[in-house]
Amino acid sequence: PSNAAPPPRPGRRRPQRPQRRPSRRSIKMPAVSKGDGMRGLAVFISDIRNCKSKEAEIKRINKELANIRSKFKGDKALDGYSKKKYVCKLLFIFLLGHDIDFGHMEAVNLLSSNKYTEKQIGYLFISVLVNSNSELIRLINNAIKNDLASRNPTFMCLALHCIANVGSREMAEAFAGEIPRILVAGDTMDSVKQSAALCLLRLYKTSPDLVLMGEWTSRVVHLLNDQHMGVVTAAISLITCLSQKNPDEFKTCVSLAVSRLSRIVSSASTDLQDYTYYFVPAPWLSCKLLRLLQCYPPPEDGAVKGRLVECLETILNKAQEPPKSKKVQHSNAKNAILFEAISLIIHYDSEPNLLVRACNQLGQFLQHRETNLRYLALESMCTLASSEFSHEAVKTHIETVINALKTERDVSVRQRAADLLYAMCDRSNAKQIVAEMLSYLETADYSIREEMVLKVAILAEKYAVDYSWYVDTILNLIRIAGDYVSEEVWYRVIQIVINRDDVQGYAAKTVFEALQAPACHENMVKVGGYILGEFGNLIAGDPRSSPLVQFNLLHSKFHLCSVPTRALLLSAYIKFINLFPETKATIQEVLRCDSQIRNSDVELQQRAVEYLKLSSIASTDVLATVLEEMPPFPERESSILAKLKKKKGPGAVSVSDLDEGKRDGGGELNGAGERGPESSVVSTPSPSADLLGLRSAPPVGSAAQGAGSLLVDVFSEAGPLAPASGVNDDGFLRFVCKNNGVLFENQLLQIGIKSEYRQNLGRMYLFYGNKTSVQFVNFTSTVSCPGDLQSHILCTPPVDPLVEGGAQLQQVLNIECLSDFSDAPLLNIRFRYGGALQNLTLKLPLTINKFFQPTEMGSQDFFQRWKQLSLPQQEAQKIFKANHSMDKEVLKAKLLGLGMALLENVDPNPENFVCAGVVQTKAQQVGCLLRLEPNIQAQMYRLTLRSSKDTVSKRLCDLLAEQF
Amino acid sequence: MQFMLLFSRQGKLRLQKWYVPLSDKEKKKITRELVQTVLARKPKMCSFLEWRDLKIVYKRYASLYFCCAIEDQDNELITLEIIHRYVELLDKYFGSVCELDIIFNFEKAYFILDEFLLGGEAQETSKKNVLKAIEQADLLQEVRHNYFL
Repeated sequence: PSNAAPPPRPGRRRPQRPQRRPSRRSIKMPAVSKGDGMRGLAVFISDIRNCKSKEAEIKRINKELANIRSKFKGDKALDGYSKKKYVCKLLFIFLLGHDIDFGHMEAVNLLSSNKYTEKQIGYLFISVLVNSNSELIRLINNAIKNDLASRNPTFMCLALHCIANVGSREMAEAFAGEIPRILVAGDTMDSVKQSAALCLLRLYKTSPDLVLMGEWTSRVVHLLNDQHMGVVTAAISLITCLSQKNPDEFKTCVSLAVSRLSRIVSSASTDLQDYTYYFVPAPWLSCKLLRLLQCYPPPEDGAVKGRLVECLETILNKAQEPPKSKKVQHSNAKNAILFEAISLIIHYDSEPNLLVRACNQLGQFLQHRETNLRYLALESMCTLASSEFSHEAVKTHIETVINALKTERDVSVRQRAADLLYAMCDRSNAKQIVAEMLSYLETADYSIREEMVLKVAILAEKYAVDYSWYVDTILNLIRIAGDYVSEEVWYRVIQIVINRDDVQGYAAKTVFEALQAPACHENMVKVGGYILGEFGNLIAGDPRSSPLVQFNLLHSKFHLCSVPTRALLLSAYIKFINLFPETKATIQEVLRCDSQIRNSDVELQQRAVEYLKLSSIASTDVLATVLEEMPPFPERESSILAKLKKKKGPGAVSVSDLDEGKRDGGGELNGAGERGPESSVVSTPSPSADLLGLRSAPPVGSAAQGAGSLLVDVFSEAGPLAPASGVNDDGFLRFVCKNNGVLFENQLLQIGIKSEYRQNLGRMYLFYGNKTSVQFVNFTSTVSCPGDLQSHILCTPPVDPLVEGGAQLQQVLNIECLSDFSDAPLLNIRFRYGGALQNLTLKLPLTINKFFQPTEMGSQDFFQRWKQLSLPQQEAQKIFKANHSMDKEVLKAKLLGLGMALLENVDPNPENFVCAGVVQTKAQQVGCLLRLEPNIQAQMYRLTLRSSKDTVSKRLCDLLAEQF
Repeated sequence: MQFMLLFSRQGKLRLQKWYVPLSDKEKKKITRELVQTVLARKPKMCSFLEWRDLKIVYKRYASLYFCCAIEDQDNELITLEIIHRYVELLDKYFGSVCELDIIFNFEKAYFILDEFLLGGEAQETSKKNVLKAIEQADLLQEVRHNYFL
């Protein structure tokens, strides 16, 4: 490469010291340079370089290690020079990749040498080789402490470099208090200040809790004004890092940074002397200043802001000026500032004029001959595309970007081009972009195919105006890059086809055609099997795709497919029997053959057996019910988008978020929202998991619930059925007899409850624990009282919108019971996790017994009241089998948890339990008596509730029957 | 900056500087992976690449590759010039530097780097100032030598 620095030339001669340079043939050893050479070290390094094999090298190293070890262990005290030489050899051996397990003590000894060169080698060894938990750390810290106190700037710098290089917690503990003092002390030398600033930065990064803000912080900010450019350059990195964590404390840095920047930008290239780099004034400092400003919003002070805008304009203007040098260093330094300025403009996102100028500038770079600039321009434009001010300007470069995708020779540049196309996509150019991405996929590098597939799938879904285009696109995806089409993608096309009846016929026709190809991808078979099983009837009128033709086509693929696909096909077959009675005999034949009904895979065998049975014993009506068309999927957020976000990390697909705000309802493919009331489901990170029921029940899930008991016989061995309704009440019954515990838990979230009740009032504390390391965005939790429940209960909640990774959020519900009630309030929780919307509805464990006031009474009293409550509607009774332990103490604990008084010596039968209590509501008080009669032999209970209100007796009886 | 590696065309590591705490095992793994990745790239390719969640900036000078790992918000072009400035510093100090100088005087290469970059950030970008600091240190050594020998 043509660089300004003379490229190092291997083997060039150095005439000034020829005598120390042995001939290249024998030992390759350059002249030992200035300062203090270690001849023994040079010889050793030459030896190593002359080793012909790895074995020879190891042998030589072991010999040397033995030698050093014996020297260190020897009786004769080594002088400083030898110690230094051996420590240096050890370091060299370590850097070659070998382990070193001794010499640390000698290195530590060197630290306290008063000879600079020995100290320096000691520190180098420590920096490279000592890990934080070393026992020597105390000795090392001691040596550092002495050097810091020495007031010798060279020694102080060495010590500071060592702290910065090691950066361990122990060092932070020892020095985090001292270094700020050194940094801001008036008499500290500039070079020491520079080291101190960056040393402190390193400590702050490793142990932020140990670096305490204080009086020094304001003085650090003023280092931005320091005369010495090097001090500013070092200090600003520290200030930037501290500002990110404590923006308020450091906000005065904004105006200081702007004026410093302004001075640099307007200076002539020679003004800054050695801080000018290839005619560019202070490029590193400029970049750091622009970076610091990105920690803050645009300056509020009009004058400061005006000055800053002026700077940014000057930087943009300079980009148009002819270069002052042809050297790449000149243009790199200049453009580094330009890109940093553009980042700041994008960060502010408030100056349309600057945004458009930035975009035009990047547009020029898109065609630059330097690959590096093209790469950066593509990358930077991606963020510009998400600004409403520059989105249109970015779009004008579409042809150039498409061209880059096609012609760039470097895959990393092509990847950037693909990212940018994705970012600039909207309804107006979606068809063109999707088509280009599809055609690129045919030759795309394997490393980026999966991501490309996801992107195409997302764009196709998001911007589809007609669904046939969407279906075509996805089937093309499968055709072109079937191996890279993840489950999410083909699940999604099925969800959408199921949810949109206007595309079902087209989808059936298209998959049918796609399946004609002699070799088609297994994912195509899956989609085809599923869609024909649901909607094959829509094309069955055409003799070319008659039911039997469809079946034979599908079945021709069967034997080449994996087990899950075959399972899916079997389900499609049973659906065929329902759709097309004329195929029944053929399909039963297939199911009956040994390879199905005796398949070694248990899932396949089970399906074959059950489907065969179902088709032979169930009436047409039953079949029609069981095998009904799938109901629409309730999920709203694309799981593919979630997957892409997960792949790229949060924030990577910000563009689509922006669009989500803008898009109109008409283009939304997943029509669940339009199709019925907003349903709430528990969406785990892979919401499609039960889509086809491959691993749980046969895909008759939700239809089966409607068919009720008719199916019980046929499917008595089948797995659990998919939950039909979205409300999760798993935890609900566990809280009837207790007030505290975990209500719900999945991979992301844990919800705990603590509650207390008095009279007709209650307070419930809900604890939302984020089990992930990522923050939940837009976290809302709302409590609703369905039906007329709100006239019985009052709940008042508020909640913060963020639940940070690993953090817990608490919500307090104040509850007032107005009158008795049976239903429970619903708790709805929504948040975004890694982009995917999570929606969860739980039954809040709030039951009427929580408002019990226990009533103590004697036997006589009890039975007297018992008799008073003898109207048939006042009593509720259940006889049921024991589900839990019948141990007396367990039962007692549960009854006590219920909230009534447990009355001893009341019932003549000591095995029985009786309780009394009054339900407190605002409207009235309801007296209640309870009698529980266990029958240990039969493992049964009889539970009787009597109260002055029929609804209360009934509700309590229902709740309690589940508890024992 | 998270780390800087210098390695030869043959994949031999010549200098490594880590600004984040990593175990030796991780360091070796990263080095192996990156050396392979960078050596596999063709000459006219872009100097930047995404690697794990870092950005790699590299440049070849004669037989040596200089390779820096920076974070997402860091500036690629200025990092390229950090590399160049370091090469200039080495060049000035050794007087037309070559790979052999760095092998035989690795400790000097580290000292120069520490004066220029500290904790992964530019500490002193003035070539004069960096070299002045190094030369002063060398002077201390010469003085000691003359004094003691």
